[in-house]
Amino acid sequence: MNEAAPTIQVVPGQVVPGQVVPGQVVPGQVVPGDNSTLAYDVERVRADFPILTQEVFGRPLVFLDSAASAQKPRQVLDAMDDAYETAYSNVHRGVHRMSQLCTDAFEAGREKVARYINAGSSDEIVFTRNATEALNLVADCFGRAFMKAGDEVVISALEHHSNIVPWHLLKERLGIELRIAPIDDDGNFLLDEFEALLGPRTRLVAMTHVSNAIGTIVPIKEVIARAHARGVPVLVDGSQAAPHLRIDVQDLDADFYAFTGHKVYGPTGIGVLYGKSERLNALPPYQGGGEMIASVTFEKSEFKAAPHRFEAGTPAIVEAIGLGAAIDYLESLGRDNIAAHESGILAYATQRLGEVPGLTIIGRAREKASIVSFVMENAHAHDIGTIVDRAGVAVRTGHHCAQPLLQRLGLTATARASFGIYNTREEVDALVEALGAVSEIFG
Amino acid sequence: MLDELRELYQEVILDHGRNPRNHRRPEDANRHARGNNPICGDTLVVYLDVGDDGVIRDAAFEGQGCAISIASASMMTDVLKGKTEAQARALFEKFHDLCTKDDFDLDAVDNGAGDDDLERLQVLAGVRAFPMRVKCATLAWHTMTAAMSGEDATSTE
Repeated sequence: MNEAAPTIQVVPGQVVPGQVVPGQVVPGQVVPGDNSTLAYDVERVRADFPILTQEVFGRPLVFLDSAASAQKPRQVLDAMDDAYETAYSNVHRGVHRMSQLCTDAFEAGREKVARYINAGSSDEIVFTRNATEALNLVADCFGRAFMKAGDEVVISALEHHSNIVPWHLLKERLGIELRIAPIDDDGNFLLDEFEALLGPRTRLVAMTHVSNAIGTIVPIKEVIARAHARGVPVLVDGSQAAPHLRIDVQDLDADFYAFTGHKVYGPTGIGVLYGKSERLNALPPYQGGGEMIASVTFEKSEFKAAPHRFEAGTPAIVEAIGLGAAIDYLESLGRDNIAAHESGILAYATQRLGEVPGLTIIGRAREKASIVSFVMENAHAHDIGTIVDRAGVAVRTGHHCAQPLLQRLGLTATARASFGIYNTREEVDALVEALGAVSEIFG
Repeated sequence: MLDELRELYQEVILDHGRNPRNHRRPEDANRHARGNNPICGDTLVVYLDVGDDGVIRDAAFEGQGCAISIASASMMTDVLKGKTEAQARALFEKFHDLCTKDDFDLDAVDNGAGDDDLERLQVLAGVRAFPMRVKCATLAWHTMTAAMSGEDATSTE
């Protein structure tokens, strides 16, 4: 999808040379996922997030850690309160009014998710606890159904531990092999080198769409095309893409696509696994329990079709409703407006941080989401994090659950500023000012 | 803001962080353990050379980490030399209190050994105001006790 998207110039002089800006803005054109009627106004967005009025150590909170978990707008909090206060019951099968109301709201959440990523049908949307569970579900079920010793899974050097460890577990269980698609020193994904790893034993490609640690946008549509040319299905970890990019799973032709609610300004405890209908229905169940069965006798169970086959037990009902509200909210802002706003912040942060003496930005891929990882001479990432925290600035420090990637880059830890819909240039300035104290203390 | 941070990052700590003492792998170490702080990925290896009489003849470490964890490992390896295992463990107990208890009173401590050492280590007490960083200060000590107990690896978790 990124290849198809024309690039925009944000503000002349603030786009880093060579920086390709994702997203598109076509005034007047109505597109799915864009219900915005107003120009993007970051202060209006900020007013929707109650937590942003908090102070930290007497300073206004500057929250630059949305890649770990995003804050929640009032609209999500209200939708969840409203569900508990006016329309709560267990979902499905109930004949009473509350059960019907709550089931409708829950299933509306599924419809909204389907719309958000342009799935062909809401039956292709499986609710999970989070993206990690979605990835584990595919590893477990796909592995059981289709893999044996010596078969191969291709991942990339950019993966979060959540898309490495499930394959390690499968390796222990079945004896499969992992192949790692490489990156260059700037963090660019290397397509041809990836393609060379696809072989007769490759059963699945499992790959991130956007690196959580360094922001690289993987050319996932091309990855999928090259894998499909060899008959290999692709599972995409979209955890970091879903908040930033317009996702169209049909255009990408993704077989499976995973993301999580709490990174798209929704609640924790709810994640999403999209799967093509025929792919999902070819998999055995993940867990056994209520709701996922067609019939049960003491001798055997028969299972429902997707998505319910994979949703044993009472689901995260109100969280699904909250996720639906988050999606409504993002679409009211306009997906392309969001992409343009975040591209502007990314370009500005890249420029401003690049001016800080002794600071090196880690990850200079040609296409990046609004995530900037960096290290500083003389100061470890943790010391940076502690120091800027005292100025009210929240950044994440450490290995970002991507230790193999950091090893590849010759590092053990970075500081990471990640930007979302509510971040401003003034907040970038606050980070840069706070980093002055790092230099002051560590020299 | 800077005052509190200066309390944490005192000159002594910055010096030990930049130029850690005993940052090496001794040839004749007979105990060692790897310590891992999974929160940040910092890893230290602590080496001890313990004599038949239970006295620590040499202590050293290798690894990378934040200023606090490196300074703590550097200072710990300095003070451990000449201590018995029992004294080292007792010192860690007091050091742990020093790093975590707001009402810790150095003058009230009577552990029979290491009062001067505790006074030296007091510069690390600044982590008390930074609870997320206590594990940085104690990583080397946890690793040291693991090495004495004959464990290969430990974790602050």
